Amino acid sequence: MSGDGATDGLTRRTQNSSRELLAKAFFFGCAALSVATTLSIIGLLVYEAAKFFTISAPLLGIDGPTATLTEFFTGSEWGLQGPNLGVMPLVAVTLMVTIGSGLIAIPLGVATALYLSEYASERARSYLKPALEILAGVPSIIYGIFAVAYITPVLDTLFGVDGLFNVASACIVVGIMILPMVASVSEDAMQAVPDDLRQAGYGMGATKYDVSTGIVVPAAASGIFSSFILALSRAIGETMAVTLAGGSLARSFDPTSLASYLSLFDPDSYLEPGMTMTAAMIQLLTGDVTGGGLAYRSLFAVGLVLFVITLGMNVLSDVIARRYQEDYQ
Amino acid sequence: MSNADQSTDVSEGSSGDEYAVSVPEGRGRDRDADGAASTIIESRDLSVWYNDNQALQSVSMEIPEKRVTAMVGPSGCGKSTYLRSINRMNDLIDAARVEGEMLFNGKNVYDDDVDPVALRRRIGMVFQQPNPFPKSIYDNVAYGLRLQDRTENLDEKVEEALRKAALWDEVKDQLDESGLDLSGGQQQRLCIARAIAVDPEVVLMDEPASALDPVATSKIEDLIDEMAEEYTVVIVTHNMQQAARISDKTAVFLTGGELVEFDDTEKVFENPENDRVEDYITGKFG
Repeated sequence: MSGDGATDGLTRRTQNSSRELLAKAFFFGCAALSVATTLSIIGLLVYEAAKFFTISAPLLGIDGPTATLTEFFTGSEWGLQGPNLGVMPLVAVTLMVTIGSGLIAIPLGVATALYLSEYASERARSYLKPALEILAGVPSIIYGIFAVAYITPVLDTLFGVDGLFNVASACIVVGIMILPMVASVSEDAMQAVPDDLRQAGYGMGATKYDVSTGIVVPAAASGIFSSFILALSRAIGETMAVTLAGGSLARSFDPTSLASYLSLFDPDSYLEPGMTMTAAMIQLLTGDVTGGGLAYRSLFAVGLVLFVITLGMNVLSDVIARRYQEDYQ
Repeated sequence: MSNADQSTDVSEGSSGDEYAVSVPEGRGRDRDADGAASTIIESRDLSVWYNDNQALQSVSMEIPEKRVTAMVGPSGCGKSTYLRSINRMNDLIDAARVEGEMLFNGKNVYDDDVDPVALRRRIGMVFQQPNPFPKSIYDNVAYGLRLQDRTENLDEKVEEALRKAALWDEVKDQLDESGLDLSGGQQQRLCIARAIAVDPEVVLMDEPASALDPVATSKIEDLIDEMAEEYTVVIVTHNMQQAARISDKTAVFLTGGELVEFDDTEKVFENPENDRVEDYITGKFG
């Protein structure tokens, strides 16, 4: 410190004042909380699921009934009577709901996004956007009731279905649920396409349709694909609506036979009831589950499978978004 | 679009021989026997509004065929608006409203029976920011041809357009690579290739070099000079020297959307009739 006062006031340490340090620590704590929660959930899921399998249960001190990995991943039946602990019948129905709802939500969602982004007047947008947001905000139990009360009767009239529950109504209702997500994420991607490119198209004598499909959609492709994957992973995780609409009757599905995979694409198989992974977990939780029993532990095993699938989808969405992102200037 | 016959007679009476002396030295445009170029675009009392703001005030002028016509003036003077009203790009702006006539080959492009899409296929456009599509170089150039189902001999047509845009030698080995990987100047020449690939009669250029460095700008200027052999070029620029270098005719717009002077480039720069134009050109304002 020089004595003449010229540097007075330059040497205080505001960066390290206690208030700054305290604030930094608090904000870090908040950020760390979500990471810690996620890690704890994953840890718990893996730990509890490990108690379910014959291979790992003894290590954790479990000596009750367990399931082998082979049984779990190749078994063709699910049901605690027996018990039959094949998870694939559940995965198969979840896959059916994903395919079916995707077939509905993807084309309709992209078309909606194109309309909103390229065709709609300001006025039309101002009505449509909030309507879509409301669609996204309807509680899923309402969708479930809607499926049972309205969609199934219509399907019955058209194709004839037995009983109240079928996979098709679950597909339709989940399709409607995830449509706003496809539409809104895709529309954001389309809006992000620089106007220069549209101008270039129109300047070449392109029609609105040419510009929308030939320029905007390809330029927004990475965002549009991300929206598909986000929406499909939502469909996979959807619980309430599929449980109500699809019912709680586990199907048979033999993962070792090709025919059973083909049946996933057979329209008739959609008119029958089916239980997804999430529906099975609901059934496990609402039944008489003794804590620590086989049923209880199977809950975590199924949950882990579900988690791994949705995590994989989200990672994929990220990779696609990053890989195919176009850099403009 | 009703294909109007070429109205070669429109200009000859009014502006006949002036063109002969106006063309800057060293520039040898093909001319009609009498030394005049025919008019390809003519506006009559053209006014444009954006909502309540008038962007162009009753502009009348005749743009000669196969010449370079420059539009200069300060920001907000309406020069870009005029350019965009030629191929009806202003249609894309909801708030824009046009009055008066814009004749292309004698046909008013604002007539009800004119399809702006068809019009834009004959009047190409190059923009201020190079805006290649996020597609390959080849697909960028082929875009307009494919749009019009003119895909016979596509390879040759793409090569020809790239050659005309003086880009072929630089990109012939990377036609499959993205147009966005090129430098700014190359991107702009790609956009020019894309515009001329469909053989338009007119190429409109909206400050095509303003986002480029001096070397790239000079290449674009050389290119524009060559383009006038085959096409009518209308270019908006804020750069006076550029207008003087490359254009045969210059239109000076001043604030308020008024066309204050339109004549041979040499005359406009050396001996403008309007004092405000002289002030503007000599840099007293703008």
